[in-house]
Amino acid sequence: MTIAAIVLGLAVLALATVCGRPLGYYIADVLDGKATPRSRFRFNIERWIYRVAGVDAERETGWKQYAVGVLLFSVVGTLFVYALQRLQAVLPLNPQAFGAVTPDSSFNTAVSFVTNTNWQGYAGESTMSHLTQMAGLAVQNFVSAATGIAVAAALIRGFARHTSTTIGNFWVDLTRVTLYVLLPLAAVMALVLVSQGVIQNFDAYKEVTAVAQGSTQTLPMGPVASQEAIKELGTNGGGFFNANSAHPYENPNTLTNFIQLFAILLIPIALTFTFGRMVGDARQGWAVLAGMAILFVALWLVAVHFEQQGNPVFTQVGADVARSDTQPGGNMEGKEARFGVGASALFVAVTTATSTGAVNTMHDSMTPMGGLVPMFLMQLGEVAFGGVGSGLYGMLIYALLGVFIAGLMIGRTPEYLGKKIEAFDMKMTSIAILATPFVVLIGTAVAVSVEAGKIGVANPGAHGFSEILYAFSSAGNNNGSAFAGLSANTPFYNTALGIAMWLGRFWVLIPVLAIAGSLAAKKRAPVTAGTLPTHGPLFVVLLIGSVLLIGALTYVPALALGPVVEQLMMSGEK
Amino acid sequence: MSRSPRPLFEPALIRSALAGSLRKLDPRAQWRNPVMFVVYVGAILTSLLWVQSLDGQGDAPSGFILGVSAWLWITVLFANFAEALAEGRSKAQAASLKGLKQAVQAKVLTHPKQRHTHRNVPATELRIDDIVVAEAGDIIPADGIVIDGAASVDESAITGESAPVIRESGGDFSSVTGGTRVLSDWIVVKITVNPGQTFIDRMIAMVEGARRQKTPNEVALTILLVALTLVFLLATVTLFPFSVYGVEVTKLGQPVTITALIALLVCLIPTTIGGLLSAIGIAGMNRMMQANVIATSGRAVEAAGDVDVLLLDKTGTITLGNRQAAAFLPASGVTEHELADAAQLASLADETPEGRSIVVLAKRFDIRERSSQDLTFVPFSAHTRMSGVDAGTRQVRKGAPDAIRKHVEALGQRVPPDVTQVIETVARRGSTPLVVSDDAKVLGVIELKDIVKGGIKERFAELRRMGIKTVMITGDNALTAAAIAAEAGVDDFLAEATPEMKLKLIREHQAQGRLVAMTGDGTNDAPALAQADVAVAMNSGTQAAKEAGNMVDLDSNPTKLIEVVETGKQMLMTRGSLTTFSIANDLAKYFAIIPAAFATTYPQLNALNIMQLENPSSAILSAVIFNALIIVFLVPLALKGVKYRPLGAATLLRRNLLVYGLGGIVVPFLGIKLIDLLLTGIAG
Repeated sequence: MTIAAIVLGLAVLALATVCGRPLGYYIADVLDGKATPRSRFRFNIERWIYRVAGVDAERETGWKQYAVGVLLFSVVGTLFVYALQRLQAVLPLNPQAFGAVTPDSSFNTAVSFVTNTNWQGYAGESTMSHLTQMAGLAVQNFVSAATGIAVAAALIRGFARHTSTTIGNFWVDLTRVTLYVLLPLAAVMALVLVSQGVIQNFDAYKEVTAVAQGSTQTLPMGPVASQEAIKELGTNGGGFFNANSAHPYENPNTLTNFIQLFAILLIPIALTFTFGRMVGDARQGWAVLAGMAILFVALWLVAVHFEQQGNPVFTQVGADVARSDTQPGGNMEGKEARFGVGASALFVAVTTATSTGAVNTMHDSMTPMGGLVPMFLMQLGEVAFGGVGSGLYGMLIYALLGVFIAGLMIGRTPEYLGKKIEAFDMKMTSIAILATPFVVLIGTAVAVSVEAGKIGVANPGAHGFSEILYAFSSAGNNNGSAFAGLSANTPFYNTALGIAMWLGRFWVLIPVLAIAGSLAAKKRAPVTAGTLPTHGPLFVVLLIGSVLLIGALTYVPALALGPVVEQLMMSGEK
Repeated sequence: MSRSPRPLFEPALIRSALAGSLRKLDPRAQWRNPVMFVVYVGAILTSLLWVQSLDGQGDAPSGFILGVSAWLWITVLFANFAEALAEGRSKAQAASLKGLKQAVQAKVLTHPKQRHTHRNVPATELRIDDIVVAEAGDIIPADGIVIDGAASVDESAITGESAPVIRESGGDFSSVTGGTRVLSDWIVVKITVNPGQTFIDRMIAMVEGARRQKTPNEVALTILLVALTLVFLLATVTLFPFSVYGVEVTKLGQPVTITALIALLVCLIPTTIGGLLSAIGIAGMNRMMQANVIATSGRAVEAAGDVDVLLLDKTGTITLGNRQAAAFLPASGVTEHELADAAQLASLADETPEGRSIVVLAKRFDIRERSSQDLTFVPFSAHTRMSGVDAGTRQVRKGAPDAIRKHVEALGQRVPPDVTQVIETVARRGSTPLVVSDDAKVLGVIELKDIVKGGIKERFAELRRMGIKTVMITGDNALTAAAIAAEAGVDDFLAEATPEMKLKLIREHQAQGRLVAMTGDGTNDAPALAQADVAVAMNSGTQAAKEAGNMVDLDSNPTKLIEVVETGKQMLMTRGSLTTFSIANDLAKYFAIIPAAFATTYPQLNALNIMQLENPSSAILSAVIFNALIIVFLVPLALKGVKYRPLGAATLLRRNLLVYGLGGIVVPFLGIKLIDLLLTGIAG
């Protein structure tokens, strides 16, 4: 483990926290409608949108209507992206004249981008027209992120309000977050990326003469920077190119790599401050952030350790993989030379700790235990730090679980932030917590049992099992990163993973809104000496404990049969 | 009836609990507990697998399946046993209550005013509004209200208190309970309940658990336990295809056996808490019974654990019922001795505790009792609000300051300013001033002090550490109330309280999200009792109060609320702690079972066998046996409850996490290893 790798990670974390704080407070103001922009022009855009859409911005709704709004918006979005892919051949901005995308792949991709997953069964540069990329995928990158933040906002309002029948207006939250948070941030970041060499054009692909053999090579072109910015900021992760952030046009140098890491963490961290601000106690936000950060740092360091250690089999055959003054050492298979082990392992941890799923390295080529880290980070339910919005609401669900058991242990009806956690809340919490284990484990079980599932595996054995488990963990938890090694652009995987992504998103999101509604309606109990404080180290331990409880106990057997046994086999071959 | 705590394992109770645990194998009984139902199904499945394996073609060696199957059945029986034992203890108490429902003959009056013409009717046939008479030696046939007469009643059967109590028509002492005995005189009682709804019937139903409904937190916890069970069901069921796939691609070994998967599932699901959950609930009600409190529902007991504000009546709860003379404060020009002498004279015939205490205090001034001839006693009357004595023409009086003022002013004198000042000082101290006059001359002031009960301050401090705010309710003026509140250490007080003010105070606290508990006995307390979240009515109180409350304290001891709160908390803590323990156990069970279950395909996994268990079958069996035995080991804890200590929430949680969380991780490692050693020791 190198000092440089650790410093890099802590620097990203620190910078995202420093910037996340004011941003979080700003988001709180946006959600409260207090950050109405001074400029008449922008104000009119918001009003104009409401008028066109027929939204009564003054009217707040209960949780059921809020959920209907989210579902309606997502279904329409899915149909739109599906149609765009199927019809791209006859639509403009298609310089390479790509044909219609297959129905199963279109379904998979549409669901993938609407659910903020951005699992990519297709290769962007050889499948999607510029129009599909911009009007379909990039738009969903914005609005699926905004949907996540809106749902998180609804849950926070559930805590912040009392004896209230409403939790906000989905259309207003969606519009404000997109207009006043995501668009400005993405615009700034896109410009910064362009300055570093990320491309942004509508050109046809370029034929160039390759340097070496004199053969020709096709260089794909397109509006990359604009999509790249929101890909990271919205924890989407869907790359313009198949190689994603390993591609030099997406992520040309170490500076853009750093900016991308920062951009991924920025909003999920900021939202913990939004939470603290909106519930009126900044310490509550810090506690949640601390829980997320500790989980992240611990698992990230495991990945760095195993990647830096490299493959013991290499050492046995005489290859030197140790770090020295002349070489960084470690497991360089599948990594970009310009990033190296440290920055790659960090990217792996960041992209899977959040539900981003962008990659700058091949996860399939990591050491077994190094590869276990991203898988486990996803299986924890994408809560440290998780997707924009979804990470926070996921973590708060775990907080409810932890506080419930802890509350019983101190002899009181459990309460969190003054809200008593009762049977209905526990029912919804249970439903939300059951969602991803169900999707991931059942999905994997089906895939390893049917021929269509087994056929796509490149490396049969424990590693092949990891590849399938990874795919369903990624889809079910709306991460979207791929382990690779699994040919997933088949009708079976496109359909199965599409269903997994849909369930993984909405099976959690709807009970979360139900909890928001139930909490908002409750009275707020005052704090007494008998109240369990939820801002101290004890609560942080509790939070981490309940995340690990569900995550570890659910996936330990499956992980034992995948990466764990693989690592034992590898280190056993002495 | 004795309600001293029973020994946990009384042989007779054990025997009936053993029988009960077999009876509870009925699937309909099992279905009610989802976690244990999974074990039950697992036991049935493994039994079938065992039968199938008898010809040598089974899922696993038949001896191994038999072992697992047998221990799964034992797990189910242990959980049944815990529940049956808790129920048995309650039934034993109910049986002693049923003894009260002897075949009593009621003397029913056809006309309430003619108590000598009555006909005998069995008590079980009495209806609401029947009028009965109970005379010395009679057992009161059913709950009712005294409408005529007064009698001393032995209520020890209900309360355990041997001293007889007075029951009379009108006022706050008019309610009588069926099954109690009239010792002297007679009362005419109007019956207020129908058969089967009497107080004793309700007690019996309550303790027998016949009408036991799950409390809100129990429901929420059950939901969580079901969710955890489903998670583990997913984790284990999917292991089968995973294992088949592993065997397919490695071409090594055999897929995991169904028996091993069932064993893993049963070990992982929270059987410890699942098996003990209902026992904890029953035991909680049982503890309330031992404290002589009858709760109308488990919900009320649980709510008691959440109480934030406690409203307590001053008199009888915080202070001893009676004020006592503490000092003689003479007017200027009068000696203390003179004042004491007059005060004693005025109190000679005063039989009230206050009057007695004045005589006792006067003795310190060497004033002997004197003959009461040629003295005419003037008793206290609501009109004059004075009492005293006339010796010839001399009038010695004592009374409330304004009463004496009127009295002396009528005689043409005034109360001297220094006495007025003393009166104010005394009132500010929280005491009650009584002024003594000899004819028109004001001699001075007797200070009557409220005596705060010993140890009450410590209890309030304890409540404060629990996070419970105490509010004293009193009819005294604000000055007096403040002084007593300070002395007793309550957090707040409500002075010059009226029933409306009490009700308003409760509503205010509730509007702020607080849970309010209160005690009360009078009919005028009924609205407030009905409004409070936890309302403990004194058994000595009126029927209206008892019906408005959700608990009745048979001892009529208002500080009992503190015990009720503790019992409520204990019930929750025991559930929470055992849940934590149960889940923490899973870590060791994974380390025991995972390497063993996949030993043939992936022998490398034996690196996870950190307990060095002897062989795969002994490893799995040890985990299953541990899982069963731990239920029995924890039965005493479930029945007695986790001890509640009035510490802050964080301290309490840290302590319980350490004991049940960390302990829950460590204990099974040791236990499973030990069982494995024993098993392989026996086999080898």
